[in-house]
Amino acid sequence: MGDRTGGASNTGVTGTLLSSDTSEAETTALAPFGRALVRAAERNPRILGLTADLGRYTDMHVFAERFPERFIQVGMAEQNLLGVAAGLARTGFIPFAATYCVFATRRAYDFFAIGAALARANVKVVAGLPGLTTGYGGTHQGIEDLALMRALPNVVVIDPCDATELEQTVAIIADYNGPVYLRLLRGQVPVVLDSASYRFELGKAKLLREGSDVALISTGLMTARALEAATRLAKSGIKAAVLHVSTLKPFDSQAVLSLLENVRNVVTVENHIITGGLGSAVAEVVAEVGLRIRLKRIGITDCFCASGSIPYLVKRYRLDPESIAAAARTVLGAAEGN
Amino acid sequence: MKEVFMGRAENCLAAPVIRSLKARAKQLRRHVLRMAERVGQGYVGQGLGIADLLAVLYFHEMRYDATRLDWPDRDRFVLSIGHYSIGLYAALAEAAILPIEELDTYGADGSRLEMCGSETTPGFEINGGSLGQGLPQAVGMALGVRLDGRPARIFCLLSDGELQEGATWEAALAASHYRLDNLFAFIDCNNQQADGPTEKVMSIEPVEDKWAAFGWQVQRIDGNDIASILAALEQALAAQDKPHAMVLDTLMGKGVPLFEQRAKSHFIRVDAAEWELARKQLEESNKEMDKNG
Repeated sequence: MGDRTGGASNTGVTGTLLSSDTSEAETTALAPFGRALVRAAERNPRILGLTADLGRYTDMHVFAERFPERFIQVGMAEQNLLGVAAGLARTGFIPFAATYCVFATRRAYDFFAIGAALARANVKVVAGLPGLTTGYGGTHQGIEDLALMRALPNVVVIDPCDATELEQTVAIIADYNGPVYLRLLRGQVPVVLDSASYRFELGKAKLLREGSDVALISTGLMTARALEAATRLAKSGIKAAVLHVSTLKPFDSQAVLSLLENVRNVVTVENHIITGGLGSAVAEVVAEVGLRIRLKRIGITDCFCASGSIPYLVKRYRLDPESIAAAARTVLGAAEGN
Repeated sequence: MKEVFMGRAENCLAAPVIRSLKARAKQLRRHVLRMAERVGQGYVGQGLGIADLLAVLYFHEMRYDATRLDWPDRDRFVLSIGHYSIGLYAALAEAAILPIEELDTYGADGSRLEMCGSETTPGFEINGGSLGQGLPQAVGMALGVRLDGRPARIFCLLSDGELQEGATWEAALAASHYRLDNLFAFIDCNNQQADGPTEKVMSIEPVEDKWAAFGWQVQRIDGNDIASILAALEQALAAQDKPHAMVLDTLMGKGVPLFEQRAKSHFIRVDAAEWELARKQLEESNKEMDKNG
């Protein structure tokens, strides 16, 4: 079998060694995607699970074990994975195809673009190792996938924050008829959002924290770090709002604009290259309405990233809470300098 | 007009069946010339070359309902090579899925009949044209109808040049792994692709050996001979547990000598004055074919 674990383990069972958990989260949930897909499939017999030799590394194995007759393994062939998924969608099934971001986009982009996006086929791509959640370097880190997927017409693009949101998202996209690109957090996934109060809504950003000095607009797992940055800023008397934008497309322009009407110092925060993703989406919306803001984008700048441990990479590429807080202070400093 | 085709006549190799399918192929070729003449260019060579296969599939083998294109049990024709759409438009018009008059809009601005076929046109199962994508989607459909226990079969048309796309072989592996005997791939071997003869651009021979090595049931036949296509289909239908590949040696421009000779290019340009000659040649060659049985 292919050695594409993207982690340090070859145990075949997702756990702490293959985890998306890069923080010191107090609570985690195991394989939230696999479990949520099983729950969705228990109520909807049209749901199928597919993978290209990465079932054990995308938590798809949880589904495969529960529904072996509804699981399709295509081997190491991502173009075929998305082509087959498109064909299955055309016969009325709801295929969830799991692989890594880099393979779903770089390797098989045309197959998703034509087979799913152009055709508005009901294909769900679930893509692991988003941004810096693997130490494997440029071949495995999906740093520009959101930009590529955002550029495709008809596609819903989601980067969930944590286990809570990932689970809710799976249930909702199973009911939504159309192509979806969902970034995956696998293994032991942090629980950041309160499942009793948080409700994921397709296409809606959520204001997780109010604040009048600076707006932290974040997506994906970076929202946890943005919340941590906001807590640190509060200690020095800076009130930071946190707007979590898990659906990158369709983009909730309204939520962004209503926040920025009142808070003009802005930091966007994404586990992705800063061109074409969340930072770009915010800049586009703001520029089009002519709002004057001070903006700093936190994310990977124009480079491929190194190999190494995830904590090392997160610090090196400044995706840590302290770097977010520092960016907020810089933006605020510029405001005072005016 | 309601046309429901429910598959084959009893004795499919009987002379009357062959005669009637030849008449259909003749009609498809007339439609192809009509479309290409209107727009003054197009993939006329491909449309003429594939008319015999489409006549057999649409008027003999496939089960479909022209008034209910989303019938879940229908056999599906998957056109991977979108630029062959001119041939499929002819068949869809002849099958009463498209109005015959609409053929005059082929390739025109705002028309549903695009030069490179897509789902804009009723009766198209996929957006073809990005080569290498047809067979993967056909595999998905074959798995899907089988999961639902439907009798539907999937007929996918590929080209020889398209065999250079790696994804075709990814799908070929999966089809035999899953023993998709409800899947039929037709490979149109006319030895022409955009940059020249396939054997010069990137040789794909021996084609049958490749499909056989990938676990498919394979036959190689004269793709412009209706009796051979019928006999090969019979053999394929009798073979279980394997997907079926039918390698068709065809002549681009078949039926119009003017184009047969010019068929050294992927995209034939025709002078305005030549269409009348082309039409005349088609009728003459049709007569010739009739004489030869």
